[in-house]
Amino acid sequence: MSLVWNLLRQHVSVPQLVGFFFANLLGMLIVMLSVQFYRDVEPVFTQGESFIKKDYLIISKRMGVVSALGGRSNGFSRADMEEIEAQPFCKSVGAFTASRYKVSASMGVEGLGGMSTEMFFESVPDRFVDADMKEWHFEEGDLVVPIILPRSYLTIYNFGFAQSRSLPKLTEGIVGMVDLNVSLRGNGREGLMKGRVVGFSNRLNTILVPEAFMEWSNKVYAPVADGVPVRLVMEVDNPADDAIARFLQEKGYETEDDKLDAGKTTYFLKIVSGVVMSVGLLISVLSFYILMLSIYLLVQKNTVKLENLLLIGYSPWRVSLPYQVLTVGMNVFVLLLAVLLLMWLRNYYLDMILSLFPQMEEGGIWPSCTLGVVLCLLVSTLNVYAIRCKVMAIWNHKD
Amino acid sequence: MEKIELKNTLPEVFALRDDVQSEIWHQDVTFERGHLYLIEAGSGTGKSSLCSYIIGYRKDYQGIISFDGKNIRNQTVGDWVDVRKRSISHLFQELRLFPELTAYENVAIKNRLTGFKKRKQIENWFGALGIGDKLHVKVGHMSFGQQQRVAMVRALVQPFDFLLADEPVSHLDEENGRVMSEIMMEEARAQGAGVIVTSVGRRMSMDYEKIFRL
Repeated sequence: MSLVWNLLRQHVSVPQLVGFFFANLLGMLIVMLSVQFYRDVEPVFTQGESFIKKDYLIISKRMGVVSALGGRSNGFSRADMEEIEAQPFCKSVGAFTASRYKVSASMGVEGLGGMSTEMFFESVPDRFVDADMKEWHFEEGDLVVPIILPRSYLTIYNFGFAQSRSLPKLTEGIVGMVDLNVSLRGNGREGLMKGRVVGFSNRLNTILVPEAFMEWSNKVYAPVADGVPVRLVMEVDNPADDAIARFLQEKGYETEDDKLDAGKTTYFLKIVSGVVMSVGLLISVLSFYILMLSIYLLVQKNTVKLENLLLIGYSPWRVSLPYQVLTVGMNVFVLLLAVLLLMWLRNYYLDMILSLFPQMEEGGIWPSCTLGVVLCLLVSTLNVYAIRCKVMAIWNHKD
Repeated sequence: MEKIELKNTLPEVFALRDDVQSEIWHQDVTFERGHLYLIEAGSGTGKSSLCSYIIGYRKDYQGIISFDGKNIRNQTVGDWVDVRKRSISHLFQELRLFPELTAYENVAIKNRLTGFKKRKQIENWFGALGIGDKLHVKVGHMSFGQQQRVAMVRALVQPFDFLLADEPVSHLDEENGRVMSEIMMEEARAQGAGVIVTSVGRRMSMDYEKIFRL
């Protein structure tokens, strides 16, 4: 092989190959870095809560002075819900069902008496709640109701109430262990139950109970038969879809959390990563073009040698091999170097991100490396194929 | 490979001519293994074309050329590589040596492919042909006559059923031509191969079994 290589390396242009090398390295690095950066930064924006799945929006009707004073219903009618469900961005809609009876809860902390508060419950269909179904469960006859509280309630207690009364502060863990005494009154009946807090939510601004409990309790304690839901939970494909924002605006609905904003940020991040990646891919394509041009030129200049080798019994495969090894070798070398550079750059920016968001979980570099390998394989396959075609053209040139 | 047959073969460029007088073209000709043939030709009669057809380099002919009864137009790339490596050795009129390699490397590049001859044997042939001192000289620096001898050695470092020698002695003196034909025939006999020699003017003096006028 060395003799053949001695022959075929004639006219190899080092400057052209160096040009390809750096162009390819740059392209590959940009592509891999954009993917890696996206994967590393994305969780900062989308870190979700476990109770309500991602890509759910909670919407309500905007309250105006007129509607508030005029007693006009701010609930969603069946037609409203059907209209929302018919939107292309909406996968499904669920209604918040409110308790239509009186609820008060008291929490006894030993030796300090109790504190009691009037409150309310709401529920959404279980498929929208992502809690452990073992805990999130109610059957008629059960004496314990699982509850999800807004985290802000705990904050208000700890930093407002407990602070001013010199009461001990409560952690989420402790609250989870405390049994609440829940009293239900309405329809001429009264019932006592235990409530157990199974979780806290930043996003869900209500006191959530399982739907089964809500159905049962409304049936037993509610003086009126039915009510219209005032809030809906909507499952969407992509919260960053601007069609959603437009639709909500048009109908006078509002969404109460920041998910649209987070969605927009993620969307923006996606776009920026996409643009950067496209630039990287473009550079990669151009570098591939340089390499192919360089190899074509090389083959062209060595046509006579290649033809002679073929005529004395070398197979097109053997004759193509040196150029194929050269290009594939360079591609692999570029890939390895790009991975090393990527790891170095990533350490640099990850330190910065981790100091800003210490709770962020660090992902691996596999996604970008896989992409790099795929890109390298693709380019190498094309190189190998193109060289083979070129040599076959020499084989067939007298046809 | 036992025989090479030409049936009504004619280069396409001759197709429009009315006056093709030839013992090869438009004839049925068979070359058999183990025999010695001479094809005498004037210039422009398609001698090199014939060699190109048989070696699979060109296909611009009419009629049929077959190896052991198989039409060579149906040969795959792999078949041709095999033929060139194992069945037909071709001493090209234009030599097709690599000027940037030394004389020995030019032979070695073929011998490494076939693994057929020992280095000692190759050096002996170089010595016998009077170019023993040129082993490590770049072919580009050698005369055409010297290059012709290198090309002959290269043609011998492979197994073959037929040796196709296209004007092998055009630039050699009588003595070197004689030595070359001896070496060539010795190797051909050892392999039981057929030899087809072409010549335009000067020819190797050998006991040809059949002479064709092209």
